[in-house]
Amino acid sequence: MTETLDSGTIANQSGDVVLDVRDLVVEFKSGRQRVQAVSGITFQVRRGETLGLVGESGCGKSTTGRTLVQVQPATSGVIDYQGTDLNTLKGRALRQVRTKIQMIFQDPISSLNPRRRIKDIVAEPLVIWGRGTKPERAAKVREMLEAVGIDPDAAGDRRPGEFSGGQCQRISIARALMAEPDLLICDEPVSALDVSVQAQILNLLADLKARFQLTMVFIAHDLAVVKNVSDRVAVMYLGKLVEVAGSDELYRSAAHPYTEALLASIPEPDPDHTANHKALTGELPSPLNPPSGCRFRTRCPYAQERCAAEEPPLRELAPGHQVACHFPVGPLGQAAPAAATA
Amino acid sequence: MARRQGGRTLEFKDVGSQDGPLLVVEDLHTSFRTARGTVRAVDGVSFTVDEGRTLGIVGESGSGKTVLSRSIMGLLPPRDVIRSGTVHFGGHELTAMDESQLRSVWGAELSMIFQDPMTALNPVKRIGTQIGESLRLHLGMDKNEARSTAVELLRSVGIPSPEERVRWFPFQLSGGMRQRVMIAIALACAPRLVMADEPTTGLDVTVQAQILDLLADLQRERHMAVILVTHDLGVVASRADDIIVMYAGRVVERAPTRTLFHDTKMPYTRALMDSIPRLADPSGARLDAIAGRPPDLIHPPKGCRFAPRCQYARDKCRESDPPLRTVGSPDHLFACWFPLVDGVSTAPPVKVTLTTSGSDTPQTGATEPPDQTPDAEAAP
Repeated sequence: MTETLDSGTIANQSGDVVLDVRDLVVEFKSGRQRVQAVSGITFQVRRGETLGLVGESGCGKSTTGRTLVQVQPATSGVIDYQGTDLNTLKGRALRQVRTKIQMIFQDPISSLNPRRRIKDIVAEPLVIWGRGTKPERAAKVREMLEAVGIDPDAAGDRRPGEFSGGQCQRISIARALMAEPDLLICDEPVSALDVSVQAQILNLLADLKARFQLTMVFIAHDLAVVKNVSDRVAVMYLGKLVEVAGSDELYRSAAHPYTEALLASIPEPDPDHTANHKALTGELPSPLNPPSGCRFRTRCPYAQERCAAEEPPLRELAPGHQVACHFPVGPLGQAAPAAATA
Repeated sequence: MARRQGGRTLEFKDVGSQDGPLLVVEDLHTSFRTARGTVRAVDGVSFTVDEGRTLGIVGESGSGKTVLSRSIMGLLPPRDVIRSGTVHFGGHELTAMDESQLRSVWGAELSMIFQDPMTALNPVKRIGTQIGESLRLHLGMDKNEARSTAVELLRSVGIPSPEERVRWFPFQLSGGMRQRVMIAIALACAPRLVMADEPTTGLDVTVQAQILDLLADLQRERHMAVILVTHDLGVVASRADDIIVMYAGRVVERAPTRTLFHDTKMPYTRALMDSIPRLADPSGARLDAIAGRPPDLIHPPKGCRFAPRCQYARDKCRESDPPLRTVGSPDHLFACWFPLVDGVSTAPPVKVTLTTSGSDTPQTGATEPPDQTPDAEAAP
């Protein structure tokens, strides 16, 4: 595959880091007020890795993903993609960079145009960019459909309505890969699928990642799924990152009480699994009026006075393990002295 | 949910036949006539549920689990449905009752929690009114009594400041809170059996845990039986007494929960368990996906319906239908010619190398393209 796209802006290969997000803030208008969906998050994605982004609905994880592909403009902050701040790009330059950053959405059926044929849907990215001749494009469509496990001869002339959710997700993935992206943002790509199909898609993503040397950001609410696909995991709560660590490390020694609670609430398919229920009470507070200090304190079993007064910064607890908590739990932190009632 | 007055027949109060199971489903079939042919969504399902017990019904989408729960309730569309078989519930034969008779049972003795609380709740009625409806209908309460009972019910399902919330509309509540309201409605008249169809699908894991805990607590307090219909084995693993696994409209395995997990007989059940990513596995561990997808229920395959996707399928499986049977323990039923024993198939070795089976022996080379076209068998 020859590299047809070479935007002049993409030059500075800042080491291993493909994506460097700094102090990203995304606000929405809600009536006269402004709501912060993402309140200043900083993280990096390294070449070839999969970064998982987890949290409850409303925590801002999807907004973050959408901002990375600039479907949603950022209010402030920097999204440095190989030396270019995506937030400053407009028009053609932005569209050009976007071919390198592709997104897969949660609902595979509604993200495909129901009236178009599969081969046209998949070819679209190349048509838009006027890449290749018609036969070249057709060959590439075949290649990609085969790569995602769809038979191009049987499927090419059909329309999305004739396929199951899992197959539509495969087709979306094929389309996303047509422009030979670097970075794939997957927003809850398996949460609408049955477990057996979910496993097929997760395996497929792992295969494709290796085959096309992709870097991925994988957004999901299911920590078990995220752990399976990710090298590192970032846990989000109400617009902030609360913990970032390697996935095995995060599972072994979760340091933020929220991560601990998330892990505890996953239903394990094992009748002997003693539900060490630290099930969270309450629900996500309104982002219109987030709690002072640590945003998790209203649901945190270990919250102290200091948590209301002072916002804990995201700090390095161990190499590669960051946490935003005054009183980290687990093997890395001494649990809060005398767990006080809230 | 019983909405209108159904002629407050309260004859259900005298039932109380304590011996024998609370719910007996016998050879239930439900088919839908469609333009393409008859879809056999539920194809000969029998089971029982005892008073106070929890039964999990597990299956993928299209396995017939939702149609099964609706067939039991009698909540099927009026047209183009063929139902046969019987459902006995606490002395009633539900399958012989007409809608007005069913209304006296629905909500009072037998109630349902639906998956999507936004569409199941009436958007233009206050939640207090919706909870009060069945109280007034079945228990003959007046408006004030119903209101104060509704407040108590909201409190019991963990809704903060219930005195204020009874006047709220569903849209003012979050998804988890709406599901709590649904539970309050379902439990209002102290039913003996609650059918919960995917009660936590679509909710966050943290909220899911809260809702399931709540349901379990209320069940213990009130000695209700619960049928928990779900696609997620994780949800039922620690909460159900018994589990039924459905595939293509049929029960393929039924056992007490621990037995099902520790002595799985049916390869489909095993495959379903293995396809779930587990926290304890190292990240990047390859999942054991089930190749292919469930069969078309208009033209189900001959023989065992799971055979086309089963890695142990033999000729016998493709020719004749395995009956639901037991070996040893009478509680453990399964439909498989070559059940697993200690996780190993009892299928005889095949002489020729398997070529026809759609088995998904995971290609280990990670760089290999997955060209075994797993879920892409050509559509009709």
